[in-house]
Amino acid sequence: MTTTKEKLVLVGNGMAGINTIEQILKLAPSRYDITVFGGEPYPNYNRIMLSYVLEGSKTLDDIILNGWSWYQENNITLHTGTNVTRIDTAAKVVMTDSGSTVPYDVLIIATGSNPIMLPIPGKDKEGVIGFRDIADCSIMLAASRQYKKAAVIGGGLLGLEAAKGLVNLGMEATVVHLMPELMERQLDPVASAMLKAELERQGLKFLMEKGTSELIGGERVEGLRFTDGTELEADLVVMAVGIRPNTAVVEGSGIEVNRGIVVDDYMRTSAPGVYAVGECNEHRGVCYGLVAPLFEQGQILAKHITGTATLPYEGSIMSTKLKISGVDVFSAGKFMDSPELTVIRKQDEWKNIYKKLMLQDGKIVGGVLFGDVMDSAAIQQWIRTGATMTEELYAEFMGTAAAGSQSPAERIAAMPNEEIVCGCNGVSKGAIISAIQDQGLTTIDEIKACTGAGRSCGGCIPTVGGILEYVLGDKYANTAVKTGICGCTTMSRDEIVAAIREKRLTTIREVMHVLEWKNTEGCSKCRPAINYYLGMAWPQEHEDEKDSRFVNERLNANIQKDGTYTVIPRMYGGVTTPEELRRIAEVAVKFDVKMVKVTGGQRLDLVGVKKEDLPDVWSALDMPSGYGYAKALRTVKTCVGSLYCRFGTQDSVNMGIQLERMFERLDMPAKLKMAVNGCPRNCAESCTKDIGFVGNDGGWEIYVGGNGGIKPRIADLLCKVKTDEELKEVTGAFLQYYRENAKYLERTSDWVERVGLQQIVTAVVEDEKSRRELNERITIALAQVKEPWSEVIADKEIREHVYGNLT
Amino acid sequence: MENAKESANEPVRQYRIGQLDDFIVRIGRTITVKGVELAVFRTSDDRIFALENKNAHRKGGPLAEGIVSGHDLYDPLYDWKINLETGKVYAPDSGQIQTYPVTVEGAEVEISLPV
Repeated sequence: MTTTKEKLVLVGNGMAGINTIEQILKLAPSRYDITVFGGEPYPNYNRIMLSYVLEGSKTLDDIILNGWSWYQENNITLHTGTNVTRIDTAAKVVMTDSGSTVPYDVLIIATGSNPIMLPIPGKDKEGVIGFRDIADCSIMLAASRQYKKAAVIGGGLLGLEAAKGLVNLGMEATVVHLMPELMERQLDPVASAMLKAELERQGLKFLMEKGTSELIGGERVEGLRFTDGTELEADLVVMAVGIRPNTAVVEGSGIEVNRGIVVDDYMRTSAPGVYAVGECNEHRGVCYGLVAPLFEQGQILAKHITGTATLPYEGSIMSTKLKISGVDVFSAGKFMDSPELTVIRKQDEWKNIYKKLMLQDGKIVGGVLFGDVMDSAAIQQWIRTGATMTEELYAEFMGTAAAGSQSPAERIAAMPNEEIVCGCNGVSKGAIISAIQDQGLTTIDEIKACTGAGRSCGGCIPTVGGILEYVLGDKYANTAVKTGICGCTTMSRDEIVAAIREKRLTTIREVMHVLEWKNTEGCSKCRPAINYYLGMAWPQEHEDEKDSRFVNERLNANIQKDGTYTVIPRMYGGVTTPEELRRIAEVAVKFDVKMVKVTGGQRLDLVGVKKEDLPDVWSALDMPSGYGYAKALRTVKTCVGSLYCRFGTQDSVNMGIQLERMFERLDMPAKLKMAVNGCPRNCAESCTKDIGFVGNDGGWEIYVGGNGGIKPRIADLLCKVKTDEELKEVTGAFLQYYRENAKYLERTSDWVERVGLQQIVTAVVEDEKSRRELNERITIALAQVKEPWSEVIADKEIREHVYGNLT
Repeated sequence: MENAKESANEPVRQYRIGQLDDFIVRIGRTITVKGVELAVFRTSDDRIFALENKNAHRKGGPLAEGIVSGHDLYDPLYDWKINLETGKVYAPDSGQIQTYPVTVEGAEVEISLPV
């Protein structure tokens, strides 16, 4: 084959190298014949997302950035599992371990880095690894199935991410750190201590100021011995003490190497036509180990190679974000207190938030955030532009901003085009703007698919949304809402509910027909939602549509992974009797129930009941449904209260029973939990319930929007009331206001955050007319509810056709 | 992967599994015939589909309790979308569930199973 194209060879099939190739292809699509060599047997994947693979929130497929087809479509010759062993800069060829010799005109080295393996005795034992690639990840996943104890040496970013992943895999993981503080190269002692406390809460263990002298065991590692003579058992040891630029490929080539392959401001090495980009290089004495600088380098290199005008690379501001779900840490620039720096600090131990900004001669030079990293983009921009501290910036940072300071929209407008918005995928503001303008994009999903921004950790999505709004201007408002509640419609929840009311739509079929559903019978997302909205809007007219109920609510029991069900009978307020307990025990024996479990909401759960046995089990129990499966009031948890407790000031048990009887069985947007406490000791945990009551000598405090589940949230104080009657009235109003305004599946915790507490206080506490009307409407709705188990027991046809297994 | 369709020369036997009215529209039902547990669905156009009552998901699980939309099913445990005619799982998930031919003669519903 003859070709006049220049030959470009890339050594290293990772993020830095392939990103550079993508940039080159954009600037000069057909200029080069491109050959890529990669040591791993995979196409380019997102290495920084390995933590998520380990954590279990993503699969390997999820983190592939450029699939095999991308290489084909761009006529790139890809050799995976192949290492380049030698470069001959005089002959301009590279030689590989598979024995081939490939000529180049342009050579890009992007071999990344290797984990540093401590040179201690035992480091070669089985079960001792670094945390760098998919192979390491697979070893950890496999080890977690067989072994229990893991040790991670190194309390930096990578070590903590690895340890969290191992804990999620069910291992007991201990982080061994040489220094007294975690992440001491990015965080100050305050943030570091907060981080440690949070990670301990998540199950990580720490051994600080411990130097490892030896790894002990037989063929496989069995433990660590420290310099102070103590030991730690471990069946898996992950070394995460740092990385070292991988420069093996240039050995013997004469190319200048210091710690990394030395490059100038255009990524040129000492050999003509040879470039190095990413973690393998050393620029102005710095070797970078984070993703954003690699993309900045790649952009400049691509422009330089293709002869496009570019500014020189002058180094990057180091910024760090920890990728552990639920732990938000950010640091950029200077982060340690020192005499020449002025420090602005805000520490809130109640909300567990810490913010710090560092000034040098009045200019912002660094910052640290813990718990709330909303300001991270702003801080990066302030550091980059060398912003001077002003009253406005101060107010913004401290959260005391008044009108007139820079709004998020103004900040997006002021952001330079080159600024990297998506650090994971190296997408700049300019790239997003051109994609929106050139391809007429109108949604965040389209931007994600087209540019890759937001495709990885998702942290930049608010900024991407801001840019979309900034570019589209007025058009944004019209297009933004056009993501419907599911793929069947472009209508939002509010539009659908408004149409149901205005057009008096009373069945799901009617809604889908009139509102021109794309999919005539809808999907598993919209059908249950519309069924709920119809029941909420027309409590007396709407007939519940069982075929649009999710299995649990259709069968009035909670399906388990093996197709059996759980049965939770109602025990009002968590109070039962010896007779009831005896009956429950007899039923459990008679129907061979697999497990009897006390639930978190103080009820008894019979686990492992066959579908066809459900009606008989209910009938034998002779108790109402406890609704443990429903988007409705689940349980009212109570403490013993003034009936027996010496601290009790209110009769929490009876209040709980009354509330449970009042509000049970009514459909809600999502499941709903309550708790009633007889005193401020809060033994029934009001702070994590949708509605919680705390009694005191003079009345009750009412808390709303708490959640102890997937996204924990401490409840907000809605109001204080003096009498039991007021308590019930506020509760009724709150529930109905939630029913009428929340999206289907939206828990009160998310809803309270979305609409804001003040709006709710006004509607259910302050505005007496509104409160009365809400109570009138919930009373009508409550009048319609029926006990579902007894209905099934009485209906032979349903029992046979829905629950029966015909043989 | 086994093909969902029986080859013409493979011996099959028909079994009566009930009348059309024994099946509620868009609510599945479990029926065990000759040791095979089936999930049987009546779609809104009054057609009857029978699939093996076992999801292609690696954790398995039943299908009969899913949400039916047209000739598609959303499974009850993992919300996979499955074509009732072919048993094929829609992307991004993948797999295929064994289907069995059903005939409706008048009001009688019959299913063909390999002997």
